Amino acid sequence: MNLTPEEQEMLDGKYGKATQKSMEILTTLGDIFDAEDMVEVTGVQIAGVSYANLGEAGLEWLTEMAEDGNVRVLTTLNPAGMDRENWQALGIDKEFAKNQNRAIEAFAKMGIITTCSCTPYLIGNAPHFGQHLAWAESSAVCYSNSVIGARTNREGGPSALASALTGKTPRYGYHLDKNRHGQVLVKVNAPVKGTDEFGVLGKIIGDKLFELGKNIPYITGIASASVEELKSFSASVATYGGTALFHMEAITPEYKMYPKPNEIIFEINQNNLDITRNELIDENIEIDFVSIGCPHASIHEIAKIAKLLEGKKVKKEFWITTARPTKKIADEAGYSKVIEDAGAKFAADTCCVVAPIKGRFKGIMVDSAKACYYGRAKNKFKVKIGTIEECIQEAIK
Amino acid sequence: MKLEGRKIYKGTAEGEAIVTKDGISFYGGVDPDTGKVVEVGHELEGQSITGKVLVFPTGKGSTVGSYTMYRMKKSNTAPVAIVNKQIDTIVAVGCIISEIPCVDKIDIEIIKTGQNIVVNGSEGIVEVK
Repeated sequence: MNLTPEEQEMLDGKYGKATQKSMEILTTLGDIFDAEDMVEVTGVQIAGVSYANLGEAGLEWLTEMAEDGNVRVLTTLNPAGMDRENWQALGIDKEFAKNQNRAIEAFAKMGIITTCSCTPYLIGNAPHFGQHLAWAESSAVCYSNSVIGARTNREGGPSALASALTGKTPRYGYHLDKNRHGQVLVKVNAPVKGTDEFGVLGKIIGDKLFELGKNIPYITGIASASVEELKSFSASVATYGGTALFHMEAITPEYKMYPKPNEIIFEINQNNLDITRNELIDENIEIDFVSIGCPHASIHEIAKIAKLLEGKKVKKEFWITTARPTKKIADEAGYSKVIEDAGAKFAADTCCVVAPIKGRFKGIMVDSAKACYYGRAKNKFKVKIGTIEECIQEAIK
Repeated sequence: MKLEGRKIYKGTAEGEAIVTKDGISFYGGVDPDTGKVVEVGHELEGQSITGKVLVFPTGKGSTVGSYTMYRMKKSNTAPVAIVNKQIDTIVAVGCIISEIPCVDKIDIEIIKTGQNIVVNGSEGIVEVK
């Protein structure tokens, strides 16, 4: 790779051990993927925050990096394994909480803003069109590439941290125009509405792309899509297809920039939506847990939940998972009180994917196709997908 | 016999080869405390990779695998070197943070389990003795 004098000095150790190790990671990845040089990034999102995933080994590495590592660009953090304030009420044990805080402290020591959210783009790590990033968190990668038109590869925890400490990432993959063309034309021939249905659509497209061995869909037939619907779709298509970028005609900013694919065409009808929705509803499910906020709930979603819960009482464990800054807005606006008076709980900083809740519940109802995947695979729950309204109905039933 | 590949992580190490045609997932597929492969149905299931030169086609699984490799290095259960046909990012990052010499783009079918191997990660050369 061609390195600038400063990048070479980083590699030679002039800026300390953590920066050197970071540059070793980035130049090695650059060599593997035939990058010619580095590109400057304007923002980083780091995943691998939950102690349940990091383990003592990951924490040890972070602690070592934090000895002399400091971020050079805006860097935020993925959800942790618990609500940092309310962990006891949510049933997290003391030992886990202690270790989780050690991990968050190591990140903070390096100057990382410990947002603990999978929706950085909603809470201040908000890139604009064309900016280069090094983001981990597959749903946020997909959202930023597709909906915003920023440019990032799917980073892992260590490579994202390496970019945070150097301000660079190797220029390959989604940083280059030539790798951002749509590959499969997806014609949607049915109306799609709501976070749950956009999640179902994401699963259909993700599964199909995986089967085809393709990465980038060009989707037509979507009349309109809200931020929340695109957030849900991004999470789902990334979960089921490993997708990091999609184009959606008349909705996402790059849909006209590259030729419309015409070799592989895939059509989706109402029937496909119905079949796939049924795949996300387990038989004989006994629901004892309801969760909304995968990816983290926006303030708009929280306002909607507050309206639906006003004056009601939930009869099941009900978590709203969101970013702490979003929760603070909800506090100010009075939504939190309405929701908590109804017996529902906020789980800020965390979510039902990364919290250590395996085996605690039998069946979970969600409005997110991504949450269905992890509910089954990681937590061994039975799952059911539904609209936000149906989730609330189930909780108060 | 000298095989020329691509350097992934620097350093030289010598050891007995353990070769598999299956991919390896360090997260979940290997027990970092014992150094044994635990993935059900894996060609190396039940065998230890500690102190060996681990030869496999490519890595697979969760990115957390890089941290598992680091943990193995710290608890002295890691392989001494890694040889791949085609490196993936999880194993590459794992080798860098754990400082395990690594070479890829090697025709791994030539190497047999039990052979003595020298991996020169700085030059990208694997020598079968």
